[in-house]
Amino acid sequence: MTLTVTDLSVARGGIPVLEGLSFALAPGRALILRGPNGIGKTTLLRTVAGLQPPLTGQVEGAEDQIAYAAHSDGLKPTLTVAENLIFWASVFGRNGIEQALDGFDLQALRDRQAGALSAGQKRRLGLSRMLVTGRPVWIMDEPTVSLDKTSVAMFADAVRAHLGQGGSALIATHIDLGLEADVLEVGPYKAKPPEIDDFDGGFL
Amino acid sequence: MSIWEYANPKKFLATTEKVMPALWVSSAVLISVGLVWGFFFTPDDYRQGSTVKIIFLHVPSALMAINAWFMMLVTSLVWVIRRHHVSALAARAAAPVGVVMTVIALVTGAIWGQPMWGTWWAWDPRLTSFLVLFLFYLGYIALWEAIDNPDTAADLTSILCLVGSVFAVLSRYAVNFWNQGLHQGASLSLDEKENVADAFSNPLYVCMAGFVLLFIALVFYRTGTEIRARRIKALMARERLEA
Amino acid sequence: MIALLLRDLKLAFRAGGGFGLGLAFFLIVTVMVPFSVGPQSELLARIAPGVLWLGALLACLLSLDRLLALDWEDGSLDLLATAPLPLESTVSIKALAHWITTGLPLVMAAPVLGVLLNLPVQGFQWLVVSLLLGTPALSVIGTFGAALTVGLKRGGLLMSLLVMPLYVPTLIFGSEVARRGAEGMAVQTPLLLLAGISAASIALLPFASAAVLRVNLR
Repeated sequence: MTLTVTDLSVARGGIPVLEGLSFALAPGRALILRGPNGIGKTTLLRTVAGLQPPLTGQVEGAEDQIAYAAHSDGLKPTLTVAENLIFWASVFGRNGIEQALDGFDLQALRDRQAGALSAGQKRRLGLSRMLVTGRPVWIMDEPTVSLDKTSVAMFADAVRAHLGQGGSALIATHIDLGLEADVLEVGPYKAKPPEIDDFDGGFL
Repeated sequence: MSIWEYANPKKFLATTEKVMPALWVSSAVLISVGLVWGFFFTPDDYRQGSTVKIIFLHVPSALMAINAWFMMLVTSLVWVIRRHHVSALAARAAAPVGVVMTVIALVTGAIWGQPMWGTWWAWDPRLTSFLVLFLFYLGYIALWEAIDNPDTAADLTSILCLVGSVFAVLSRYAVNFWNQGLHQGASLSLDEKENVADAFSNPLYVCMAGFVLLFIALVFYRTGTEIRARRIKALMARERLEA
Repeated sequence: MIALLLRDLKLAFRAGGGFGLGLAFFLIVTVMVPFSVGPQSELLARIAPGVLWLGALLACLLSLDRLLALDWEDGSLDLLATAPLPLESTVSIKALAHWITTGLPLVMAAPVLGVLLNLPVQGFQWLVVSLLLGTPALSVIGTFGAALTVGLKRGGLLMSLLVMPLYVPTLIFGSEVARRGAEGMAVQTPLLLLAGISAASIALLPFASAAVLRVNLR
């Protein structure tokens, strides 16, 4: 399923930040978003993920297709690594977490409480959650924060494998993952302030 | 030309600015006439003496306390359905006016109740439901104040207003459970024969009309303030955006 | 859905999950009452139904701010919102988990505390029945309040201010059932009204809670 974004404008706190964005993300492809801090990458990703409504434009092919990974991983500190993953797997109606544990080298930690993990290990667990969802489109916001070099490579491998199985990924990141990916620079799409004279004159 | 044109903030401001003087003057005249007429040119009640005359403040403020909430309910619905910012801001503007009306109704009620019932306060159904209404107003205003993003605040307070209305009505009937209460029946109603005496009803109507106009004037005025505050916020955000 | 319920229960029972806090609060509030009003047993017997209902309500309220706030902070709510489960079900399950971990223990503890307050014998049955019927409404209404204030720092106090007025009808009918039961009067009317409020809240409020949560998530 291709994710298609047409003429999208997104707003943060009622103020338009990006406008006129269009792209398509075909199965097997990855798209890297780049742009300076505060430009609205997170807002864009949240809009594509359906967490907030677009100001204008359409997002097609996202509903019930996406898995979203934000800055925080949604982990419960008092549950073990395996329990956290099993929970997310069953929320998405799936079982089998072995592949996810293997993919991010978490087998040795599986019975450790998530609260006792280091920041990098937590992040790996958060990313391995993407594998258990079974969703084809991955939407990821700065996935490599607090990962070391080996883990970044591990993550890149996981994305590559996902793309190889016909999945796709939309990733906002500043580092080079070494992926075969298109790059979308969002800077030029920065929203111009709306005309003061339109209907809600000067409200937005 | 539809009523929705006034949902444009500019149009709203331009129109209200034109009618504001008339509203202020007519509400002031009506309230003064009604109160003077009521206080000095009506006979004392044979049972309640002159204490009855507080009715000219009590009934109109109680009327507006409820109708302000009703107006907020309507404007909240308009915001939820049509998403006109002015509508949400009008709801926000009406809430403090409603609170003041509720407080006036409660205080004048207590002052009236003291000589009549021998107590400032009784947990009578009508009194209690006004107190609950007061609490709803407080929660509503507190929620507006607590949220930075104006659209989020408008959405959340609208839903609170809708849910709150249902629970306010439920509370009104729930408190009836205790007893029938001390409070007299409705002072004015269409289907009852035993209304207040004619001598009282005419100045009362004048006072009520005055309070309605005063409420409209206050809400227009405050909505205008909210619109300007909102615009300043938007302009500052715009400046940050351009910088 | 069951996975979410089990997770919430598991979290509540594990260390630091806060299970039992509400119960302990209920106990301590009830114990404080005789200290404040004096130990005369007739007086205590008369106010027992109301005190127990108010204590249960406050204990419910106390545990509400963890209900959604924790999931909000660690990002779980974002992820749940993109999961196949509709948000309406998510909030209903959350309310159910809250009821199982807070409401149900309160119902079971209430008779014991009733003994402390000299509740008349015929009152126990109706106290338990009224709490059993009423506490689900407290959880569901509370979930709405928690959803309203989820994004706010220090939202706990504001939430109490918002939720308390919504609790008024439930409290009135609930304690009316308990009071009439204790005084040996007919309880049918307030009992039916209490059940009606619970049923309607459970059926309708999750939609409002989910709508509010969507607004807060965007």
